[in-house]
Amino acid sequence: MIKLQSVGIWGTGSYLPEKIMTNKDFESMIETSDEWIVTRTGIRERRIAKPEEAVSDLAYVAGQRALEAAGVHPEELDLIIVGSCTFDAYLPASACLVADKLGAKRAAAFDLETACTSFIYGCAVGSQFIATGTYRRVLVIGAEVLSKFMDYSDRNTCVLFGDGAGAAVLGPVEEGAGIKAVHLGADGSGGKDLGVPAGGSRLPATAETLEQRQHYVKMNGKEVYKFAVRIMGDAAEKALEIADWEKEDIDFFIPHQANMRIIDSAAKKLGIGMERVAVNLDRYGNMSAASIPVALDEMVRSGQIQPGHRLIMVGFGAGLTWGSMAVEWAISKG
Amino acid sequence: MSSIFEKVKAIVVEQLGVDEEEVNMETSFEDLNADSLDIVELVMALEEEFDIEIPDEDAEKIKTVGAAVDYIKENQ
Repeated sequence: MIKLQSVGIWGTGSYLPEKIMTNKDFESMIETSDEWIVTRTGIRERRIAKPEEAVSDLAYVAGQRALEAAGVHPEELDLIIVGSCTFDAYLPASACLVADKLGAKRAAAFDLETACTSFIYGCAVGSQFIATGTYRRVLVIGAEVLSKFMDYSDRNTCVLFGDGAGAAVLGPVEEGAGIKAVHLGADGSGGKDLGVPAGGSRLPATAETLEQRQHYVKMNGKEVYKFAVRIMGDAAEKALEIADWEKEDIDFFIPHQANMRIIDSAAKKLGIGMERVAVNLDRYGNMSAASIPVALDEMVRSGQIQPGHRLIMVGFGAGLTWGSMAVEWAISKG
Repeated sequence: MSSIFEKVKAIVVEQLGVDEEEVNMETSFEDLNADSLDIVELVMALEEEFDIEIPDEDAEKIKTVGAAVDYIKENQ
């Protein structure tokens, strides 16, 4: 068997749009209340991108900050992966636009879409190139402008999501550190439960699809909730098993930020105290692919995450898809 | 072996964070301040404990502890 290079995270970055939309702001638009939203979801406010801002704009800033933190020049990048489900357009790939904005002239670039799991999938894919020695520096970004896909007359979805971007530069690290386990999964039988029905080859855009509001995110909340509660704990345990860690070994648990009650339930199942669980959905809502990398960046920049710390990250989302990752925060670049 | 009621009671106490004394056959989940997400998690816990599947249309009719016990007896 060939010897694989250990891969870790060299640096992180994030970007949140300035505009804040509070629960209160929805009260004049739809039948809802701050109290209802907080008790059902834990969300208090979310960020909203400017009308002229698209995913590549948010991704670019987060990516640039991650490069600075990692001490990597854009021209040193070998690959850029942008994970999202709200790309600038169907064509071209947002990752190409980000590469251009960054001046990453040498880098290959592609988009990856596994909804809220895109950052985990992106890290899983990007790390393979480094492990095999094909590449040395890979930028993985999770970015979303979900506000432009919200039906602001549907109270079951529009209060849940927010805009933002988070990024990580992956590179070789000292042997035995970095990404210790990756677990990915998908189940298309649940594809009907969460998605944007029209605008693709199944239901191309027509005057009718527009009128029926089929270009917005639709969700069967109950089914997705059931799936999420089940998969969050299962996927975390799978990563622990592959990494050969015990639950007690976890320093920080960074779950996808969809609903506080899903996070509570997973933390309980894993026996982790909430002081070791990343929570940002109260401030940002569900940012899909951006939730995990933004949480990670905040914890790195605040100094919470230190070399040697063991992290478990778990994502789940439309597809249905899920993924988990065990990372031992590395001390040095390899 | 504990009765179905005892097992259901234990799950209700655990999931909804209520006292054992509050739970009897007549207790409705609404009385225990359970909201829609609590009910979803409660149904999932019952499905796991008794190894059954409770379809949504049936789950919607289970409004009391007694109704849950009866449903489990009939479908186990």
